Amino acid sequence: MQKAVLLAALSAGVSFSALGTANAVEIEYWQYVFDTRVQAMDQLIANFEAANPDITVKHTTFPYADYPTRVVAARAAGQGPDVVQLFYGWLDNFAGGGLIQPLNPDVFPHDQIEDEFFPIVTAMKRGDDYYGLPTAVRSLALFYNKALFEEAGLDPNNPPQTLEELVAAAEATTKRDGGGNITTAGITLDMAGQDHHWWREVLVRQYGGEPYDADGNVAYNSDAGVEALKFYTDLQTELNVGLQGFMDEGQAAFRAGLAAMTIDGTFRLGAFSSTPFEWGVTELPANADGLRSNYASYFANAIGAMAEGEKLEAAEKFLAYISSAEAMDIWLEVVGELPARKEAALSEANLADPVYGPFLKALEYAHTTHFVDEAGQRQTAIDMVNRVLIEGQDGAASVATAAAEEQAILDRAAE
Amino acid sequence: MTTQNATVEVAGNGRLWNRFSIGTKRVIWAWTFLALPIAFYVGIRFYPTFQAFWLSLTNWDLLRPAQFIGLANYERMFADPVFWKVFQNTFLYLLMGTPISLLISFVVAYYLDRVRFMHGFIRALYFLPFLTTAAAMGWVWRWFYQPIPVGVFNGILSMMGFAQQPFLRSTTQSLPAIMVPAIWAGLGFQIIIFMAGLRAIPSTFYEAARIDGLGDWAILRKITLPLLKPTTVFLVVFSSIGFLRIFDQVYNMTTNDPGGPLNATKPLVMMIYQTAFSSYQMGYAAAQTVVLFTILLIVSLIQLYVLRQR
Repeated sequence: MQKAVLLAALSAGVSFSALGTANAVEIEYWQYVFDTRVQAMDQLIANFEAANPDITVKHTTFPYADYPTRVVAARAAGQGPDVVQLFYGWLDNFAGGGLIQPLNPDVFPHDQIEDEFFPIVTAMKRGDDYYGLPTAVRSLALFYNKALFEEAGLDPNNPPQTLEELVAAAEATTKRDGGGNITTAGITLDMAGQDHHWWREVLVRQYGGEPYDADGNVAYNSDAGVEALKFYTDLQTELNVGLQGFMDEGQAAFRAGLAAMTIDGTFRLGAFSSTPFEWGVTELPANADGLRSNYASYFANAIGAMAEGEKLEAAEKFLAYISSAEAMDIWLEVVGELPARKEAALSEANLADPVYGPFLKALEYAHTTHFVDEAGQRQTAIDMVNRVLIEGQDGAASVATAAAEEQAILDRAAE
Repeated sequence: MTTQNATVEVAGNGRLWNRFSIGTKRVIWAWTFLALPIAFYVGIRFYPTFQAFWLSLTNWDLLRPAQFIGLANYERMFADPVFWKVFQNTFLYLLMGTPISLLISFVVAYYLDRVRFMHGFIRALYFLPFLTTAAAMGWVWRWFYQPIPVGVFNGILSMMGFAQQPFLRSTTQSLPAIMVPAIWAGLGFQIIIFMAGLRAIPSTFYEAARIDGLGDWAILRKITLPLLKPTTVFLVVFSSIGFLRIFDQVYNMTTNDPGGPLNATKPLVMMIYQTAFSSYQMGYAAAQTVVLFTILLIVSLIQLYVLRQR
């Protein structure tokens, strides 16, 4: 009896609330769980709902490890989000699997996108269609320990700007014990961290090559690729200013104050914020000709394949808002990730910021690798360096093997 | 009305039930109780196993519906040098891990059985690593193996004037380096089982042997080892399966480059994990699973055959 009353009350409640929002649209937004990202999105949703009282946004999150699987499972069950967050490297899978739909060019004109966003936004383009827009982007920079610089007699306010200066600074700051073992590294060597991006998108280009050709095939099996690899492995084998595996991970060595320099991304700022020593950030060093490059990546937001009619319209409005300059400012403030629009990013205050500045400048010339299997492709680069450092293999042979392995991954994905 | 019907039914059932012999009733009861776990196992274990066999013949990648591609996954696997490297690693773990761990645990159990002083305390010390999570242990050992200035082993080596060793950063030393904590972690369990086995041997046998003038070595060979055979069989099978399925230690000690460097430590289970959950090639991963299943089956059958009770 009690149950029946309860049920009746519940169903009445449901129908009342349904009546209350009869002319309202509810759309669903999905992203993975990361505290500050969730907070920032809640704030954006609140602003959006205030401006659009007829639309409500339901915010759903999943743990990162499950995230792609959940999106796929929902699609298989004939459901899914109206707006969904995805890593740019997942685009082929998401678009190919029918999880997301192309953006309507009338609502999101292509020339406007290409004009207002940083060039890396084209990684969301397949054929003639854009499939999503980023809110925030990440890039790499050189972190350096000011205390160790000073100790070595270097100017802590004048970090290395070229590869040559980088090597000189690394040599000056490296400390070794009586047996020649490194006790403080000049620079961290961690291919499993960000170094594989540094090699692929930066060093290969600085030595006059390109990592991939226009069709997306591997193109670093060239003199440039071999020289870039030699520059990297020489840091350990010839110059002894760094050691792969020193302090386990590059970021751990830097955080412990046992490495003078490390290359890492915006996402590391939080972890480095509590170090007892002072550190600085500078752009990745240029080559002798002044050529700079960088690797940028991002999570984009896309419209789910199931959205149609008024839901699609609402989803488009929401996507437009969360990729607006206003949303990007909030994201930068709450999450600490860089705005994806030039206008929002390249403000005077941001550029003058000693920490954000170098990362932002990099966005103008950064590249975005077209990954089809990020872990697999990274592994080919890790193995390439290991063959030289551990097995003493010839650099040219190692680059050739890596190129063949990575091309095989690309070919399989294209099938 | 309803009540009446129910009574009639129960009575009918009762009459049917009474007609069975006690033996039949027992069988019915047994199967009734067994039905639940059987249903559970069929749903949770057997069905997915057969599903995996089917998936191994498809190109399922989570996103698109699975397409039947015949034996293409197996062809690709057998042509892949990484698979053979991983296959070799898996057997290295088995062939080094099982005999070494059984030998050590038997020796410890054999002598610990004779120790009276602080017996319980020493036994607890041996058992302790077994209680520790493999992940925590993997990370501690990973730091032991680091280069100077944090690595304990390299610190000792260089203090004694020897060169640093790369340990986990070497293609030859890394597999044994991971093997050590894996063996150490399993010792406690094996020692306890061996000691239980030793205690189960009646002491009258030993007394008779002593009266007949047999030495320690002869007693060990003629009485202890043969009578310990059921325990040994159990431990050999158990530890072999454990080493064939090794994952935690390897994964936690090489997370930067899982199974590396250059696949030197990668066991089959990790290859399956990576194929399925970082490359999303479910069909190919299922084919690897079928191979692992076959290996486990064959190894277990061979061991049961070799060590069977004659």
